[in-house]
Amino acid sequence: MECPKCRGRMRTFDRNGVHIEQCDNCRGIFLDYGELETLSRMEAQWAQQHYAPPPPAHGGPAWGAPHHGHYGHHRGHSWVGMLFSS
Amino acid sequence: MRADDLARLAGHRGPVTVLKDTRVLVVRAGDLVVKAHPPDTDEGALRVRLAAARELSGIMLPPLGLERLDGRLVTLWPAGEPLTPADLDEDGAPWEAGGRLLALLHARPVPPGLPPAGGPPRVPRALADLAASGAPAAVAAPILKAYATPAPFPGGAGAPDGLAHGDWHLGQIVRHRGEWLLIDPDDLGGGDRAWDLARPAAWYAAGLLDPADWNRFLSAYLEAGGTAVSAGDPWRELDAPARALTVQLAATAAAAAARAGEPLDEAAAALVSACGRIAAAAEASI
Repeated sequence: MECPKCRGRMRTFDRNGVHIEQCDNCRGIFLDYGELETLSRMEAQWAQQHYAPPPPAHGGPAWGAPHHGHYGHHRGHSWVGMLFSS
Repeated sequence: MRADDLARLAGHRGPVTVLKDTRVLVVRAGDLVVKAHPPDTDEGALRVRLAAARELSGIMLPPLGLERLDGRLVTLWPAGEPLTPADLDEDGAPWEAGGRLLALLHARPVPPGLPPAGGPPRVPRALADLAASGAPAAVAAPILKAYATPAPFPGGAGAPDGLAHGDWHLGQIVRHRGEWLLIDPDDLGGGDRAWDLARPAAWYAAGLLDPADWNRFLSAYLEAGGTAVSAGDPWRELDAPARALTVQLAATAAAAAARAGEPLDEAAAALVSACGRIAAAAEASI
């Protein structure tokens, strides 16, 4: 199969029942009908298993933020700088 | 005061690295770190703090000397490897080491003549800075409301006294000869030791610090015998200093944003929101 974007050669992979074509040249990915939905469903299942908030081992204050376990997204520059300053 | 002057004092020829240039000037010159303290530093207090640090072997990096240069007090230190933001990406922060070192520090007696720990006075200073920065009223209002929440705030009566670092954050540990040590005794003193845990506690309560990291830090502190907070209900002691640090961090971040003419970034906004919740929780409990 030829890449619809750059005309490179597409290589086929099978991952957990999802059929994926990836271009060797531009690394673009082509999904068959319904496979994006399959991936989204699998991601949601994975997230449910792995991102469940841990039980508050040591409690917290009445005014504490609700914790949802998405901490990777907060690691902006200002936050990291704050860890190191008085 | 220039970096070159400090390097010369350290007897170093060659390139130097400026580690910090704020109220203090800190440079690395070869195997030494040289720190010029603020011009208004109390020499007697600094000498007592340096002597205390020298006695805290295995807990704090020991100073090598105290000099005077152009009217400034200058201290010399063995160069350790500081933790950097890049280290966090690779291995995460050494929260366990931080918790354990603070627990060991807190178990030591307060040496006679040591001044009070330097944490609490930073809060009113940060609020004065906020007032002078021209931050919009909508930003400043929740911070001022949180500051006005009832005692014990900050470090109120009945707070247990002990030896405290006074200014702990991740920039205050270095690896020296393979072991993590606390640095910077400039705020070391007697006081409410829970203040040393209050900055991470404030980050956690603002939703910035991952609960798992906070748990690692607090668990390591308690497992190493830390007594500034109770194991069963650590927030009994943490609540007041964590509120104080939330106010301080929010005020500092809001003042910096106002001076830069920029809106609050995500971290600053999270801290200002936490101030709003502090004020709301206090109103709800009246």
